[in-house]
Amino acid sequence: MPENKGIKKKVRENDEEVRVGIFVCHCGSNIGGVIDCKKLAEDVSTFPNVAYTEDNLYTCSENGLASIKKAIEEHNLNRVVVASCTPRTHEPLFRECISEAGLNPYLFDFVNIRDQCTWVHMKFPEEAYNKAKDLIKMGAAKAVKLEPLDMIMVDINPAALIIGGGIAGMSAALNLSRQGFKTYIVEKEDKLGGRLNSLHKLFPYDIDATEFVGKIINNVQNAQNLEVITSSRVINIEGFIGNYEVEIDQNGNIHKLEVGAIIVAVGSSLLNPEGLFGYDGLKRITQYELESKLKNKDLNAKEVVMIQCAGSRNDERPYCSSVCCMTALKNALTIKELNPDIHVTILFRDLYTPGTSYEEYYRKAREQGVLFVKYDEDRMPNVEENQVKVFNEYIGDEMIITYDLLVLSTPLVANSDNKDLAQLLKVPLEANGFFLEAHVKLRPNDFATDGVYIGGSAKWPVDITETISQGYAAASRASTILSHETIEVEGATSILPEHNKNLCTGCEVCIKVCPYNAIKKNENDEIEIIQALCKGCGLCAATCTNKALVIRHFTDDQILSEIYAYGGE
Amino acid sequence: MEKVPKNALVIGGGIAGIQAALDLADMGIHVDMVEKKPCIGGRMAQLDKTFPTNDCSICILAPKLSECYRHPNITLYSYSEVQKVEGSVGNFSAEILKHARYIKEDACINCGLCVEKCPMRVEDEFDRELRRRRAIYIYYLQGVPAIMTIDKEKCLWFTKNACRICEKTCEREAIDFEQEDQIIKLENIGSIIVATGYSLIEDIDKEVLKNYGYGKFRNVVSALEFERLESASGPQEGHIKRFSDGKTPKKIAFLQCIGSRSDRVEKYCSSICCMYTTKEAMIAYEHDNELESYVFYIDMRAGGKGFQSFLRRGKAEYNIKYIKSKIAQITVDEKENPIIVYEDLDNGKITQLKVDMVVLATCIVPPQGIENLAEVLGIELNDYNFIKTTPYIPIETSKNGIFTCGCVHEPMDIPRSVAEASGAAARAAEVIKGG
Repeated sequence: MPENKGIKKKVRENDEEVRVGIFVCHCGSNIGGVIDCKKLAEDVSTFPNVAYTEDNLYTCSENGLASIKKAIEEHNLNRVVVASCTPRTHEPLFRECISEAGLNPYLFDFVNIRDQCTWVHMKFPEEAYNKAKDLIKMGAAKAVKLEPLDMIMVDINPAALIIGGGIAGMSAALNLSRQGFKTYIVEKEDKLGGRLNSLHKLFPYDIDATEFVGKIINNVQNAQNLEVITSSRVINIEGFIGNYEVEIDQNGNIHKLEVGAIIVAVGSSLLNPEGLFGYDGLKRITQYELESKLKNKDLNAKEVVMIQCAGSRNDERPYCSSVCCMTALKNALTIKELNPDIHVTILFRDLYTPGTSYEEYYRKAREQGVLFVKYDEDRMPNVEENQVKVFNEYIGDEMIITYDLLVLSTPLVANSDNKDLAQLLKVPLEANGFFLEAHVKLRPNDFATDGVYIGGSAKWPVDITETISQGYAAASRASTILSHETIEVEGATSILPEHNKNLCTGCEVCIKVCPYNAIKKNENDEIEIIQALCKGCGLCAATCTNKALVIRHFTDDQILSEIYAYGGE
Repeated sequence: MEKVPKNALVIGGGIAGIQAALDLADMGIHVDMVEKKPCIGGRMAQLDKTFPTNDCSICILAPKLSECYRHPNITLYSYSEVQKVEGSVGNFSAEILKHARYIKEDACINCGLCVEKCPMRVEDEFDRELRRRRAIYIYYLQGVPAIMTIDKEKCLWFTKNACRICEKTCEREAIDFEQEDQIIKLENIGSIIVATGYSLIEDIDKEVLKNYGYGKFRNVVSALEFERLESASGPQEGHIKRFSDGKTPKKIAFLQCIGSRSDRVEKYCSSICCMYTTKEAMIAYEHDNELESYVFYIDMRAGGKGFQSFLRRGKAEYNIKYIKSKIAQITVDEKENPIIVYEDLDNGKITQLKVDMVVLATCIVPPQGIENLAEVLGIELNDYNFIKTTPYIPIETSKNGIFTCGCVHEPMDIPRSVAEASGAAARAAEVIKGG
């Protein structure tokens, strides 16, 4: 992290008198629309050690932040409490703000009165108000007990591991290696290229997939700083941001890599079409099978019917796979180009061709005589031996369309081994088995765990264009770490204080419960916590039977002060 | 001799430009950011909530605005425009026109005293002219930089040689009527990222919306106007009311593809409307649980992460009905209630529906001034006047060393804009570090 502009070094935190400032945020109408924030700011001013309170329409705005700094200065505050939305998005901002005003960033407490009060108790404003007041009382009491902490410095190894050698992984790898970082690609298959290797043409410019991917593979193979390890998989990952040790199994040979950041670019899988619309792999096939037929110029059909959303947008797989409509259009146009007399009918629910060139492609398909028939989720097409019956609401009747080739547009699905990789990386998956990013809007290529990034259809089905930009995006995010020799990480961690060492019996329960592998026994047989790995989750301290471990920023004393503030001692 | 490290130039301070700038700055590369408007934030700052999580838009954006403004590696030129660019990849130079705000930037603390006293009322651009601001103003409430600007076109001093009340009111002596436009020369630019976002069809051609009653009937609004009406900091402070009688609408029709996917206006799909419409209907329902929403659509396009379940929730929990249809006509009754005449494409019947309010999902168009900027930069535009990009590499423009991201090259949602912004930053970094 770069230094702050105009940082003031004043050590106020050791002043004898604790002076708490409380800032109550309206969060627009999110909080202010349910409870009276002005009154709340007045009400909480009477709590012990509270020297100043105010309410702001948006405490996080430049105005709000300036107001916090001004109050610290003018009212000599040495603890700050913000009552607003959620620490998940805003705690770093307020910490930085008070540190710019000369306070240690840990002399700050966040009280969540949006998610925990005005959102969940939207219909009960009075109760929401009282709860907000209680939470602020507790926060203020904790603030009194807060102690300054130092951030932990971590060295960064300027090397990256990309898991997956498809188009996303190769884009990321090319970029990082050209930025000057040592880069490794680990690919499961015996060659680079991923899904692109099995495609015929690429929409919407109809270029040859093999040629396209071939050029990129060639670039990867000729790149400096870039090492490709094929037929291999990641079997173990130890370490933390900036310092990962990764074990790779390549046909039984174990390689060890040391990297500072990891990018997940493992792509997605094809749905097993068995049981869908009479699939038999011969007369009733998938788009991917059609694709290889077209690639091998092996199409003997006169009447082709395609069914969109085959196995998706249903209860089992409630998502849109986003590439299937364009794939269907592409294959339909390829067929029409081969022989305009072949009938192609596409049965669809909502045609997904967003943007400029895709919509153009859709128009082109209609112009070329591809027929589109809408069907409804509640009345699925009925596939018989040589014909499909589909209810068309517009004509209010069943249509019968004969076929000699039925093509199913099946969705991309999450890889079945995502779970194992997620476990190794300690990152989450979402309900459909795809990887879950840190924030769907603003952190689309980050994981919540720093140092690990994601791009391409491992996260969600995306087309090649988006996959490539996401590959670069993941590289960018990794580079924001790799470009530094050291970075600061969270200081609110677990410690075994010197004076508590006699309390530790060496039972090792803490080692077992730690989900981050942050605790070990050192050469002196003493418990040691690797600070850079510790996330301060508190499991160890809660489990420790002798109360030897302490979670900084969440000490027993601090937590009890909150409980006492609420319920009395 | 050590080489002077190259800088990056980011044009546009919306969410795409901000993300690109932050990534580059966090890689240790100095960024000059140029934003035409008085404050950064772009379209995202105008939104109430964002799909599919319904996060409050300004709440998640504000920390980024602050970060961008305070980052030691970012120099922000707001209220400025790029006038001239010379050189080539690895070594560009640029000329920036920084408009005079008539405010001393380091003195103004955005206390607002001047605004209270300013006698001039002016249509507020940020609020889509749904309310009036003063001639001295902050672009929007949470705007960054949090300083005032004097609207020269409207200020009484500049138009009539009178007033100067703001000058007398300002305790910080921040008003400076003598300030002049500045030309700033930026040298040593390794790479450029263009992220100037989009305009809406109503910004360039209101005529095409007349068929839908826009500008004709008071209870017909555009989606971005509706967004401002839903926003707590907007002109109705988050209480949606009809412009005809101030009543809360109980029945709202949302019309999709207004100007998009059309033979008469723009052929392309605006990509984001199906989703934001559902969001707007959800938020309106949260304001008033008696609300019925009707979405008139051609295809529901919801391919992004969590989008399908978002639509399902809309149907199941927020009283939203989706009607696959073609709109024939919009009229109003004597109480100014809009009446929509449409062909229901699920049964082929011509039907009509009377509602309290109509919201038009208007077409995204290339940002105003794009032709000029393209000429300055020497980059090509495509058939629709969006920035032309390399097939499959959406962040590459036709000119080496100049990258792009977000809606300036194709309509797209926020996650994709943010991903592309990071992607463009990666490519710019490659040029700067590699060169």
